[in-house]
Amino acid sequence: MASVVLSEAEKVYIVHGVQEDLRVDGRGCDDYRCVEVETDVVSNTSGSARVKLGHTDILVGVKAEVGTPKLEKADEGYLEFFVDCSANATPEFEGRGGDDLGTEIANTLYRIFNKSSVDLKALCISPREHCWVLYVDVLLLECGGNLFDSISIAVKAALFNTRIPRVRVLEDEEGSKDIELSDDPYDCIRLSVENVPCTVTLCKIGCRHVVDATLQEEACSLASLLVSVTSKGVVTCMRKVGKGSLDPESIFEMMETGKRVGKVLHSSLQKILLKEESLGPKRQKVGFLG
Amino acid sequence: MAGLELLSDQGYRVDGRRAGELRKIQARMGVFAQADGSAYIEQGNTKALAVVYGPHEIRGSRSRALPDRALVNCQYSSATFSTGERKRRPHGDRKSSEMGLQLRQTFEAAILTQLHPRSQIDIYVQVLQADGGTYAACVNAATLAVLDAGIPMRDFVCACSAGFVDGTSLADLSHVEEAAGGPQLALALLPASGQIALLEMDARLHEDHLEQVLEAAARAARDVHTLLDRVVRQHVQEASLLLGD
Repeated sequence: MASVVLSEAEKVYIVHGVQEDLRVDGRGCDDYRCVEVETDVVSNTSGSARVKLGHTDILVGVKAEVGTPKLEKADEGYLEFFVDCSANATPEFEGRGGDDLGTEIANTLYRIFNKSSVDLKALCISPREHCWVLYVDVLLLECGGNLFDSISIAVKAALFNTRIPRVRVLEDEEGSKDIELSDDPYDCIRLSVENVPCTVTLCKIGCRHVVDATLQEEACSLASLLVSVTSKGVVTCMRKVGKGSLDPESIFEMMETGKRVGKVLHSSLQKILLKEESLGPKRQKVGFLG
Repeated sequence: MAGLELLSDQGYRVDGRRAGELRKIQARMGVFAQADGSAYIEQGNTKALAVVYGPHEIRGSRSRALPDRALVNCQYSSATFSTGERKRRPHGDRKSSEMGLQLRQTFEAAILTQLHPRSQIDIYVQVLQADGGTYAACVNAATLAVLDAGIPMRDFVCACSAGFVDGTSLADLSHVEEAAGGPQLALALLPASGQIALLEMDARLHEDHLEQVLEAAARAARDVHTLLDRVVRQHVQEASLLLGD
């Protein structure tokens, strides 16, 4: 992660503030920073989204390509995640420096998304032969703390925005199959993102835990808990990260906070995505220019 | 692309532009707060982000430090979703390394490196969407980012690509025109003095036509300079308004 150097006095200031439920920027322990979400930012993808959470900037592009289904799940498509920590975020990520963090985040994304997150059967074209493979590519542009949460929000928004063209499989006399795209470019399948989970990272600072830590707060915390929650409050994955240790009571408390905050996060995100969609094609696309 | 006319009889190109016309350019400086300098540019459908860190101490081996000037380090990376077909690796392949070296050559000619001996300037360029003219968009974005970082430069560096079809030179090629296989020239110019920082062409072009194509590219680069100058002035005006006097 992009590292920040803090003096002892600054650390003490942050820790004492958190004990009183008052963080450096005035938030409470359960408050998120202002999140900006915009979809359809990159036009030659099937779906894309940009999320800006404080100083953290994430761009996700989803590309749908036709591939062969996996052997053990012959009538389902699948998702492939790839995370690129670009050198824009910090010079330490130049060359192969960002690969470690990228692999860690990609593996976490694979763990979070289980069988029921996305309807994989809808991605099947013809069983055992063709299916849609969704390549979800995450580009980390700026690192301002709380990477996992912002990435999961961006992935959910990008999957909501994904439009997969409808195809038909034509079989001719010799038996060879040909895939034909429908003529109407707006005729497409949309994915249901109701069960797509979002991660909530809870950092333990002193004896309290905070949601959405900034880089400075992450430097003060020894251990964090990553909870991945769906909109209904179902926990799909839980992971402890960091070099410190947590006692079991704190883990239960953090999980409860994670579920509560996660549900609120999902409902606000859903509201924003539906509002953006209702503006239709005449929506003013801002992207990085605004 | 059989049957696709790059230049129609009335003089219109595939996307409706005239032969010497540039695509719409929109740019913004100061996109990221944590970097020393950053900029974003859109040239038609090509979108590029540039970020500058520096001048700072040399990272890695001290032996690379130059005693009389700064080291300019560039990395070119294009997102996996930037091209029509998904790219497997964002950087590390030959094309990205070559682009990085070309950018380095371009900026070593423009940045006043003698003012910062024994230090390093990092320029990282990220292409978000590639629709032709990626080198030009990267150079233009990087110029704005270096200006945003406050690093002194000899002059703006403005770049543009040019091609040659049916006796006419085209300026600012899109992906369709690049893929058609004709000659393509990439030019990076320092507009005030007219000096060329980088010139690259790989295709067969008769030397009689070279002057015409070069002139078209230089004219287009000067037009880009007018636009970038306007963007910088507007950014400085906004910043001084925020400062309050």
